[in-house]
Amino acid sequence: MAAPAVDLRVGRRARRMPPSLLAGAAMLLAWVAASLLAPWIAPHPPLASDFLALLQPPGPGHPFGTDQIGRDVLSRVLHGGRSVLAVAPAATALGLALGTTIGLAAAYFGGWTDEIAMRLLDAVMALPIVIVAMLALTFLGASTLNVILVIGIVFAPLVARTMRAAALVEVRKDYVRAAELRGEGIAYVMFREVLPNVAGPLAVEATLRLGYAVFTAATLGFLGLGAQPPAPDWGLMVAENQALLTTAPWTVLFPALAIAWVVVGIALVSDGLRVGQGP
Amino acid sequence: MLAYASRRLALLTVTLLAASMLIFLVTSVLPGNVGRIMLGPFAAQDSVDTLNRQLGLDRPVLERYAVWLAAVVQGDWGRSLHFNAPVLPLVIERLGRSLLLAAVTLAILVPSAVAAGIHAARREGGVFDRTVSLLGLSVRALPEFVTGVVLIVVFGIQLGWLPVQALPPEGAGPVEVLRHLLMPALCLVLVLFAYVFRMTRAGVIEALAADWTRTARLKGLPPSVVVLRHVLRNALLPTIAVLGAQIGWLVGGLVVVETLFRYPGIGTLIQFAATAKDLPLLVGCAVAVTAVFALGNLAADLLAASLDPRIRHGSPRG
Amino acid sequence: MSTPVLELDGVTVSYPRPDGFRGAAVRDVSLAVAPGQALGLAGESGCGKSTLAFAALRHLPRGGRLEAGSVRFLGSDLYALSRSELRGLWGRRMAVVYQNPGGALNPTIPVGEQIAEVYRYHLGLDRAAARDAAIGMLERVRMANPGRVADLYPHELSGGMQQRAVIAMALATDPELLVLDEPTTALDTTVQAEILDLFAALRREFRAALLLVGHNLGVLRRVCDTLAVMYAGEIVEQGPTAALLARPRHPYASALLGCVPDAGRGAREGRLASIPGLPPSPGTAGPGCSFVRRCPIARPAFCGAEHPPLYPQGPGRAARCHFAEETPEPGTGAAVAAGGSAPVPAPGAEAPVLHVSGLSFARGPVEILRDIDLRVAAGETLGLVGESGSGKSTLALLVAGLLAPSGGEIRLDGAALAGRSRRRSTLQRRAVQMVFQSPDTALNPRRRVGRILERPARVLAGLGRAAAREKARALLEDVALPEGLIDSFPVQLSGGQRQRIAIARAFVGEPRLVLLDEPTSALDVSVQAAVLNLLRDLQRRSGAAYLFISHDLAVVRYMADRIAVLYQGELVEEGPAERVFAPPHHPYTEALIAAVPRLDGTSAAAGADEGGDAADGEGQARAAGCVFRRRCAAAGPRCAEPPPWRDLGGGHRIRCWVRPGAGDAAGRAS
Repeated sequence: MAAPAVDLRVGRRARRMPPSLLAGAAMLLAWVAASLLAPWIAPHPPLASDFLALLQPPGPGHPFGTDQIGRDVLSRVLHGGRSVLAVAPAATALGLALGTTIGLAAAYFGGWTDEIAMRLLDAVMALPIVIVAMLALTFLGASTLNVILVIGIVFAPLVARTMRAAALVEVRKDYVRAAELRGEGIAYVMFREVLPNVAGPLAVEATLRLGYAVFTAATLGFLGLGAQPPAPDWGLMVAENQALLTTAPWTVLFPALAIAWVVVGIALVSDGLRVGQGP
Repeated sequence: MLAYASRRLALLTVTLLAASMLIFLVTSVLPGNVGRIMLGPFAAQDSVDTLNRQLGLDRPVLERYAVWLAAVVQGDWGRSLHFNAPVLPLVIERLGRSLLLAAVTLAILVPSAVAAGIHAARREGGVFDRTVSLLGLSVRALPEFVTGVVLIVVFGIQLGWLPVQALPPEGAGPVEVLRHLLMPALCLVLVLFAYVFRMTRAGVIEALAADWTRTARLKGLPPSVVVLRHVLRNALLPTIAVLGAQIGWLVGGLVVVETLFRYPGIGTLIQFAATAKDLPLLVGCAVAVTAVFALGNLAADLLAASLDPRIRHGSPRG
Repeated sequence: MSTPVLELDGVTVSYPRPDGFRGAAVRDVSLAVAPGQALGLAGESGCGKSTLAFAALRHLPRGGRLEAGSVRFLGSDLYALSRSELRGLWGRRMAVVYQNPGGALNPTIPVGEQIAEVYRYHLGLDRAAARDAAIGMLERVRMANPGRVADLYPHELSGGMQQRAVIAMALATDPELLVLDEPTTALDTTVQAEILDLFAALRREFRAALLLVGHNLGVLRRVCDTLAVMYAGEIVEQGPTAALLARPRHPYASALLGCVPDAGRGAREGRLASIPGLPPSPGTAGPGCSFVRRCPIARPAFCGAEHPPLYPQGPGRAARCHFAEETPEPGTGAAVAAGGSAPVPAPGAEAPVLHVSGLSFARGPVEILRDIDLRVAAGETLGLVGESGSGKSTLALLVAGLLAPSGGEIRLDGAALAGRSRRRSTLQRRAVQMVFQSPDTALNPRRRVGRILERPARVLAGLGRAAAREKARALLEDVALPEGLIDSFPVQLSGGQRQRIAIARAFVGEPRLVLLDEPTSALDVSVQAAVLNLLRDLQRRSGAAYLFISHDLAVVRYMADRIAVLYQGELVEEGPAERVFAPPHHPYTEALIAAVPRLDGTSAAAGADEGGDAADGEGQARAAGCVFRRRCAAAGPRCAEPPPWRDLGGGHRIRCWVRPGAGDAAGRAS
């Protein structure tokens, strides 16, 4: 008897795909495709220097110009997308997995478990993320795997906070009591009963963290703690060519804009998901 | 209030202790030989061992932590290897400059983001709200060096309005200092704006929809009184909490912005210490930054408590 | 007759619906409130009564719009005033008391200051004078220690004190109209009685006409001279309160009255009536009578096409029914046809299913339950009564094993149960099941109904996939739900349907004991009746023992064979239902019974309660001796000692020094 109301909801959701979600998804798709196809679509190899064409401004042969040792900026930007593609999703996934587990457990067990977990997370979060990452990478050495691990781990407390707040509302609900009453295990209650009900906040958190993972990875590259020269890394390219900002801005501007492209794409998807979820 | 403040202060001590332990653990337990990291791969094993002994690295971790902590508390933060000078005065000088930059940032950020948040909330879903929300969301995850590059290209190079470097010449007046700090501060503002804006907006929307706001309206109070006296007090509480937490991002951003704008603050010092493997300096910077962050949080909590009796009385919010 | 304070003429209010069209929440309502009069708006949730009340104040929620009609306040058109003229009326000449006093007060401003605002902005008093006036007003609403209370923040006050502060704020400028939106719904029964007494007293001191919105007919009966019953956005019947409730002329009003359990009657004396079906959602009513599909006397072809006007029904009365003269009396006719039933057999004195002895629970230094002894036999319902904070839900959670007791023992069929559910055997777990208060949160919103029922069938009853599916279908039939709902999500069901699913889930493993924690308090009265009937039927078929927890005495009286009364974590009285409801009582039970507003208009006095606000005792240190001593009118010096249990015969015992006294009928056995 209440069935028509439901059809309405489903229909509304299908009809009203937020435009920001579509635009963002298109931008991200373009980036992923360009990164995957870079070896085939880039006009030049990313590391090849053309000493006859140093610091060429954008023009027919080099649409984004060349840098001071004659490398094609377009090709380097295209290849640079690959390292972001490798790092950001993996780091985000790691952060989400760790953070969700901690957050759900803290909310579910409450009491001392919660108190201790939250104090520990407070302590981790008392250290600015970039600083922690710098400290850790200085010791571990800069490598793609280490960047993933470090970003994933420093993101975990932030994810845990959000998921704990969302789960706190859920674990107090009586369907959780009902599950306990029939003797379900802790893992079942946490991941099968509660987790699906915090999927919305988790999705928003995921896009948010993905954006910040790109942010952090690029920043670490810029600070010389990510990819090492001569790798075509966006952050590193900005840092390397910073001195040329006044004379050859294209060497800096295009990698910076590439980062902006990905970040804005993720932001639009995030906004679309949030709007789609309703209030 | 006093009871709350002292409780909160005790908590601060605990947090700082835990954070100091983390910093220490990162520098002493992580794989990697400290002496080797500092001296580089080509140094003789003998000198590496000697350095390790000098640094006391052959003793147990807990003992080393206690010795280190005692020294830090007494103001002995060790000597920088590179500058061959005590760490503490170095850190304090740089921290002062960074705090100036942070102050300029907050002075721009807080009024603009809070005002925009209130305005957007009063016309929820309107053009202003949607535009600012989407713009803020888009720029908030842009690294400072990206916005910085764009700002420099536009305002520094193309238009030539603002200096490209943040450090003013010796003896510059306050206006000149501000002109130099404007662009780096703007980079930091852009990253933080969206978060503060969204919290304010959400807080105001929630407060406007609250039953007690309806009570205030149906008491016949003028709209300005309803908003200023009843709504804002409650609506700004989450914003204040967020501001405290955002100081962490601010400090992280300082590293990048100071590097980009060649500003000798704590950020460039950290960056230098990290690349030069100057461990005592790096650890000193981390401790200083952590302390500033924790104090910022404390200030935010105390401000929130002064506004909300429920926090003062220790009862749960909501 | 003088000008009405408030005059509504043909008021229609609409809201936007999810599909983009607008639906009318209130349709063509006309009514008038004369000076000094109290008009009640009665109806179930979603009938438009609150919307109407706020339309009368010209304060519609976002999206709401006055589509047609006019609202005149003291003769002038309210919707023609400017915003500033309107603000001059709000809080000065028309004021509101809200449902949730905790939410209606600003949490960051002391209550005295919130009241003083009215004086400052409307009467132009300075700060000090406004504060004095506010304290004076607090005193007039019988707030103890008003000077101190004025400086407190809302969270430092009990619910009853908060509501007094809101009332003080509303009456501050002696307004002409006071709108009361479910003013006692969020309060305990004894506190409700105090607030109702306060209204009665204040009506003599202040001039305000009252517009009272409520769902509790007993509360409306106690306060209002005239009553308007709303259904699906329309007034379906109006008239003098006593006459209307005595003999309603509209089939809906009659059916609604039949659903209300009366504190004097138990299930053995006959089933409650219930109303089949659901009301139309706002704006989807057909061209005819909106009640046609649920009406026992409808001529579907005629009533479904012809919209009935309000037909006059004698002096001051009107009913929106073509066949008003055929309206059955409450509790008779087709409304009861849902099934007359044989009385429930009284349980024998066999070994109890549940035996709780010396049970205690403490959280830190706070003792929530102290030394509880209870027995429940197979097929028997033990009603557990108490106000919020008495520990009654905690008791259920302890028996369920969702909390671990700090002392005492819980035995099921003679075998001791482990403190935590996880340490009990599967057989023990399936034997003790629970139905929770809110059907909205008791079902996982991400699971379909089938899955919600199959999982316990597999985990508890050990059934295979196909057998569990069969079991789920059978259970749906047991709780009288169509099989087609098996693939629905909980959001697609009504509150009553959801609670039926929750009940079905509890019965998956043929439980020995079902804990019912306020299972109907979140439901409308017509739905409540159906759910209570269902629970009785299931018990008769399964022989399960029930521990039925409720704050509503009438519901407990209807459901329970025996009743136990809990006050601040201690049992004070226990016995067969009819004996607990007849004197002699424990003074606390007496206060509870006296506080229930009855449909026949008899007493709803605060009874023994002279100690000021009922909830005042919360949070204070537990008194030595009798727990009820501080609030007890009959307390004497002996009450400083812990009172003993005294057996009054027939399984009835109370824990009190002073009752039964010399004048009480029953002898003093012991």
